[in-house]
Amino acid sequence: MQRLRVRYAKRGRLRFTSHRDISRAVERAVRRADIPVAYSAGFSPHPKISYAGAAPTGVASEAEYLEIGVTTPCDPQQVRTDLDGSLPPGLDVLDVVEAGPGALADRLEVSEWEVRLRDADRDLAVTAVEKFLAAGTVEVERLMKKGPRRFDAREAVLRLTVPEGAEGTEGTAAQVAGQSCVILRMVVRHMTPAVRPDDVLTGLRLVADFAPPVPPEVTRLAQGPLDDSTGALADPLDLDRETTRGGEAGPAGEHDVG
Amino acid sequence: MTSTGHVMGPASVGRMPVESIFPRLEALLPKVQKPIQYVGGELNSTVKDWDTTDVRWALMYPDAYEVGLPNQGVAILYEILNELPATLAERTYAVWPDLEALMRAEGVPQFTVDAHRPVRAFDVLGLSFSTELGYTNMLTALDLAGIPLLAADRGEDDPIVLAGGHAAFNPEPVAEFLDAAVLGDGEQIAIAISEVIREWKSEGKPGGRDELLMRLAESGGVYIPKFYDVDYHPDGRIKRVAPNRADVPWRVHKHTVMDLDEWPYPKKPLVPLAETVHERFSVEIFRGCTRGCRFCQAGMITRPVRERSITTIGAMVENGIKESGFNEVGLLSLSSADHSEIGEVAKGLADQYEGTNTSLSLPSTRVDAFNIDLANEFSRNGRRSGLTFAPEGGSERLRKVINKMVTEEDLIRTVTAAYSQGWRQVKLYFMCGLPTETDEDVLGIADLAKKVIKAGREASGSRDIRCTVSIGGFVPKPHTPFQWAGQADHETVDRRLKALRESFRSDREYSRAIGFRYHDGKPSIVEGMLSRGDRRIGAVIRNVWEDGARFDGWSEHFSYERWMAAAAKAGVDVDWYTVREREENEVLPWDHLDAGLDREWLWQDWQEAVNGGEVEDCRWTPCYDCGVCPTMGTEIQIGPTGKKLLPLTVV
Repeated sequence: MQRLRVRYAKRGRLRFTSHRDISRAVERAVRRADIPVAYSAGFSPHPKISYAGAAPTGVASEAEYLEIGVTTPCDPQQVRTDLDGSLPPGLDVLDVVEAGPGALADRLEVSEWEVRLRDADRDLAVTAVEKFLAAGTVEVERLMKKGPRRFDAREAVLRLTVPEGAEGTEGTAAQVAGQSCVILRMVVRHMTPAVRPDDVLTGLRLVADFAPPVPPEVTRLAQGPLDDSTGALADPLDLDRETTRGGEAGPAGEHDVG
Repeated sequence: MTSTGHVMGPASVGRMPVESIFPRLEALLPKVQKPIQYVGGELNSTVKDWDTTDVRWALMYPDAYEVGLPNQGVAILYEILNELPATLAERTYAVWPDLEALMRAEGVPQFTVDAHRPVRAFDVLGLSFSTELGYTNMLTALDLAGIPLLAADRGEDDPIVLAGGHAAFNPEPVAEFLDAAVLGDGEQIAIAISEVIREWKSEGKPGGRDELLMRLAESGGVYIPKFYDVDYHPDGRIKRVAPNRADVPWRVHKHTVMDLDEWPYPKKPLVPLAETVHERFSVEIFRGCTRGCRFCQAGMITRPVRERSITTIGAMVENGIKESGFNEVGLLSLSSADHSEIGEVAKGLADQYEGTNTSLSLPSTRVDAFNIDLANEFSRNGRRSGLTFAPEGGSERLRKVINKMVTEEDLIRTVTAAYSQGWRQVKLYFMCGLPTETDEDVLGIADLAKKVIKAGREASGSRDIRCTVSIGGFVPKPHTPFQWAGQADHETVDRRLKALRESFRSDREYSRAIGFRYHDGKPSIVEGMLSRGDRRIGAVIRNVWEDGARFDGWSEHFSYERWMAAAAKAGVDVDWYTVREREENEVLPWDHLDAGLDREWLWQDWQEAVNGGEVEDCRWTPCYDCGVCPTMGTEIQIGPTGKKLLPLTVV
């Protein structure tokens, strides 16, 4: 059975989709696009589509991943076009490759996030980030399904910056362009429990009393393995492109924001 | 382009740019539950240019998005209106209390989910009331929109607030909040109303809002409550309902689409991102029902029967699946197994979708063996869910009273067939609180359920079978033979349900095989007051809403005590509206609204009910006694056409 790996974005107002919303939308899109998806056997057959660590509800993303099993071999580029055309605008297919060996989830080691803080004070943000990075550990608490849980939000953060004068990535989380905002960029390692951007923000509040006035607008920019030589994120699908014929290599980390 | 033209109306609505409120809403969404329900962007949703249209509808289903989105009525009108070149329609739903509070705090108005435009900017706010329990949600929406609650307080800049749906067949309890109401099928009248508005606007809105309402009233097809006065007897009964100005007709008639093949909607089904109560593509296979169940308002007010042909059904299913990507098709109607070619439809669709993981469902409520054949056909391609049958009444005598002609032998024969063909679960639906009902009638439900299990165990040779009994409270409805009946008080209903539960529990042989689902009788009393209420109930609705009532159809939000307090404050005797039996000559609040049914026939049928007489189904035995066909100039429209569904072209 051929497996296809799909990178997709959730943008704008569709960032409010939950993981379950997305899986329903994808199942329907696959049917509309006539992609010969494989079904599980048994009493209640389910399409073979699996998802790798979805961004939380309300968080936009340029780098979500899923895998589709198909019954007859498909051209990845055709699937990219057909699937994108069948999904509602805002759930946009960016890249499709035929899966090579190895689990995709293993390659998604880190995420790069962008956090827009509207009407926040940049100097305070810079100070808070410095304090956060200087700390050995920053214990935060988050309400999980089984109740509140305390964990360290510092160790997972590999990089945290406040880029100067940045406009941020357009067309992703924020609907309103040109508003004054502070932008945080962070590279966070995937751990258990997962450290999310809001945990880092909680950390900034704890170490420096830094609290943005309005809810943050968060976008995942990339996921992938960490390139130890450059410290940058690599495209997790590159490995598949190297081992399979056909698939066109796209530049890693490209943010195709239509 | 708004043609305000040469004569300027009193206010130049439509001149101001209408901007999306989304940026302001967006800031609130991270703080609410299930924000996706408020963002729109569904597949097949439509956003038209505001400035190039001149008649604009905001369509509201006054319940949560998850309930409102799958509603067929709103979906059909949304599509039909948007197909008109200069007309625009957007959708709006009830917002949950968490978002309502934030919207109030931030001054964000009620919005449409399509382009997030403020509802007050539209020409019409059209509400579809499937149930009276949406009334309080209408008030929330009006208030959030900045539209005065009372029609009398609205000005030239406010939309026409118009109600449709089954509850609109008695809109009197909400008359003071409505500018207009429409009875019956909406397809053609929605277009006609759009044309009246377009003409009035193009003439420069002569006579303002009042003249527009007058133009709608004159046709006899739109009810304008404020053009009618209600007089009362000293004892509280209605003396007279009469037009209060010239050229307003004494009676307003319902609308009937005769050829469903000409209206094959939805063509582009809305596919939500959020989870909703029905995740499927639904096709109405016919409208109307002639079984004559006396409790059933839907069956009475949607007469005559009009079938969609097998060919159109097939084409709609094929198109709907392609457009939506849904993996389930529902064939809707009030009694789907009664379609004259349902066997061919079932077989044809099952053949066409074999091996595609597409399941077909049929709300099957008929109790006969034919239904099992259909169910087998339908489950060929998908899941085998439970089978549902609705004997409605627990005893033979009571089933005669309600004209639900099912014998115990019928039921046992049917469930035996089901269990012997591998079905493991059967659901039985009954009502409690029916006219003339006794404790014994309700306890008869337990006997019936036990016989069902006994027959099932014998037929299947297994003890691993189940039967679920669901019970709904009966509420007498307008335009039915039971419109004169006294509603059972909730103490009686609760006592009978409790006795029934004990009867299930105490029987060790069967108690584990029978599931029992029911609600207490109190919500039915509120529904009963609203169903058969008159204009004096408006004060109760307003009081209860001001006291915080929202989402009354949801048990976790509904408060009986709050409703009773609101009634007391308004000086309304709830018993008078609910448990009181009416006399033949009492003027009923909806008598001036014409569902086509002959009042004398309804009364005779009510008398027959009490005496246990039966009525034939006019689908099979011609009969014009109910009055619908002669008064509305309609005929039943049924097959068979003799056509068959052809295999789909393989892609």
